[in-house]
Amino acid sequence: MTIDLPTAFRIRHLRDESPTVRTFILDGALHAEPGQFVMVWIPRVNEKPFSLVDDAPITLTIARVGPFTEAAHWLREGDRLWVRGPYGRGFAPLPRPAVLVGGGYGAAPLAFLARRLRAQGVEVSVALGAKCARDLVLVERFQAAGCAVHPATEDGSLGHRGLATDVAARLLDKHPDAALYACGPEAMLERLARLCREWGTPGQFSMERLMKCGLGVCGSCDYGGLLVCRDGPVFSAEQVLGA
Amino acid sequence: MTTPDLSVSLCGIFLRNPLVLASGILGTSAELLERVARCGAGAVTSKSCGPTPRAGHPNPTVLAWGHGLINAVGLSNPGADEEARILRDAKARLAPLGVPLIASIFAETVQGFGEVARKVAEAAPDFIEVNISCPNVEAEFGRPFAADARDAAAVTAVVRRAVSLPVIVKLSPNVPDIAAIARAVESEGADAISAINTLGPGMVIDTDSGKPILANRTGGVSGPAIRPIAVRCVYDVSRAVRVPVIGIGGVACGRDAAEMIMAGATAVGIGTAVYDRGPEVFAAIAEELLAFMATHGYTAVSQMRGLAHDD
Repeated sequence: MTIDLPTAFRIRHLRDESPTVRTFILDGALHAEPGQFVMVWIPRVNEKPFSLVDDAPITLTIARVGPFTEAAHWLREGDRLWVRGPYGRGFAPLPRPAVLVGGGYGAAPLAFLARRLRAQGVEVSVALGAKCARDLVLVERFQAAGCAVHPATEDGSLGHRGLATDVAARLLDKHPDAALYACGPEAMLERLARLCREWGTPGQFSMERLMKCGLGVCGSCDYGGLLVCRDGPVFSAEQVLGA
Repeated sequence: MTTPDLSVSLCGIFLRNPLVLASGILGTSAELLERVARCGAGAVTSKSCGPTPRAGHPNPTVLAWGHGLINAVGLSNPGADEEARILRDAKARLAPLGVPLIASIFAETVQGFGEVARKVAEAAPDFIEVNISCPNVEAEFGRPFAADARDAAAVTAVVRRAVSLPVIVKLSPNVPDIAAIARAVESEGADAISAINTLGPGMVIDTDSGKPILANRTGGVSGPAIRPIAVRCVYDVSRAVRVPVIGIGGVACGRDAAEMIMAGATAVGIGTAVYDRGPEVFAAIAEELLAFMATHGYTAVSQMRGLAHDD
C-alpha cells in the first residue's frame, strides 16, 4: 500500500553514522521492497527522495549536503518528519550468492537489501567505498545482518586503498555464480554494469536523479527515456549501458 | 464487419489515433517523447518552454490527492534555445514512427510569445501549442492571458504572425465564458484550440502541520474529478468555433475519450491518466476506444464527433 499524501511520523531514534550522516528511525512502518524510495517532506522547507534503509520501522540515512538535509539534521527525537511512498521498482533478490557494492551513501538501500537476502539464507559480501574511514556508513548494520564487509577507502585509512569496484571484481572472482547489486555514483555503476556484461553476471543498479513528483508524470528524472522514479530506481546492466 | 478506423486529421495532419500526450506530462526530453509515441500516442506535446531557463517551484510540486493530481511545477524548462535542440532531436525520433510533434510554448509578455514561437519553429515541429492558461504565468492584471478575450487574442495574433505552422491555443476553464475566448482566438488565426488546462487553483492542506503541502501553496487540479467540467468546456468551445478542438481533462479510458469526441473534440489529450496507468495508457485507451466503436457500430471517429450537439 502506497501513501500518496505526506504523512507525519515522529522521530523515535537518531543515530550519527559520521560527522555529516545521520540515521532517522521513525515511529511507523511501511511495506516496501529494498531499493524503493520515499519522498520526505519538511513543511515550508522542501521535499526530497530518499532510499529506505528499512521499512519497519521506517529508517532513513540522510547526509547533510544542502539546505533540506541541513533542516533535517536540526530535528530532534520526538520531532516530526513527513513521508509519502514507497515508490519505484526496487531490487529483486535472487537465490544466489550476492555481491553488494555501495559507493558513499549508496550503502543505504543496500543495507535494506542485505537484511532481506540474509533472511532468505543468501550469502552476502559487501564492498563499501568511501573517501576515508570516517565516511563509511552503515557498516554495523551490514555486519549485524551477517554480511562479510570489505571496505575500500581512497586514502587507505581502512581496508583496500582504492575503489569499491576493485574489491567488487575480486569478490566476483571468488563467487563466479554471484549476482551483483549496486548503488552509488554513476561512473561507478556504469563501470560495474560493463563488468556484469563482460562476466555474464546478473546486475541490479540503483540510480539517482533529481525528482519532483516521484509519481512518473513530471519527467524531471528522465534517464534516457526511462523514469528513475517509476521504471527504477533499480535498473539492469542493459538499461544502465543503453540509457 | 470492418475494423473501426481510429485515425483523425488535425489541421490536415494525420494522427493514427486521436490520443495526444498533454503538455507537462513526460515531455521533458526527446527520449521520453519517443517513448510515449512508441507506447501508442497519436501525437505528443512537449513540456511548455519559455524564453529563458526556469527552475520552477521547490518541492512538493505534484501530489496525488485521491481523485487526481494537483500540481504547481512552476513551468520549469530549459529555455527556448535548448528546447529547440530537444525538439529537433524529438522530431527526428518521431518522424519514422509517423507521430506528429506539438511544441508547447509560454511567455510572460505578448511579444515574448512571438519570440519563443519563432525559435521553436526552427526545430520544425508539426504544431505550436500556445499555453496562455498556465496559472503560473500572468498578464499585467495578475491573471493568465486566457482569462481575458483581448489578451488571448493579442497573444494568438503575435504567434500567428511569427510562424507558418498550425497554431493551437490552449484555453483555461477558469473563465465565466470559455466560448467567448475561443471565438477571440479563432478570429486572430488560431488553427485549433485545446481545452482545458488544469482547474483551480486548488489547495491541499496537511492537517498535522496545518500547512498547505504544495510549496507554491496552490496548484492546478487535474484528473477524473474535473472531467465533467472539461467535457462541458469542449462542448461550449466546439459549438462556438469552426476550428478543431483537442479535448483535455480527466480522460482515463476509451469510454472517456469517446465522451470527449461526442462533446465535439477532434483529438483527445491524455495527462493524469499516465499517473494511474503508466505511459502504456495510450495503447490501452486506443484499444478500448476501438472496442467501444466496434460495439456501437462506429467505423470512423468522425461519426462520433459532436453527437452531443444534435438537438
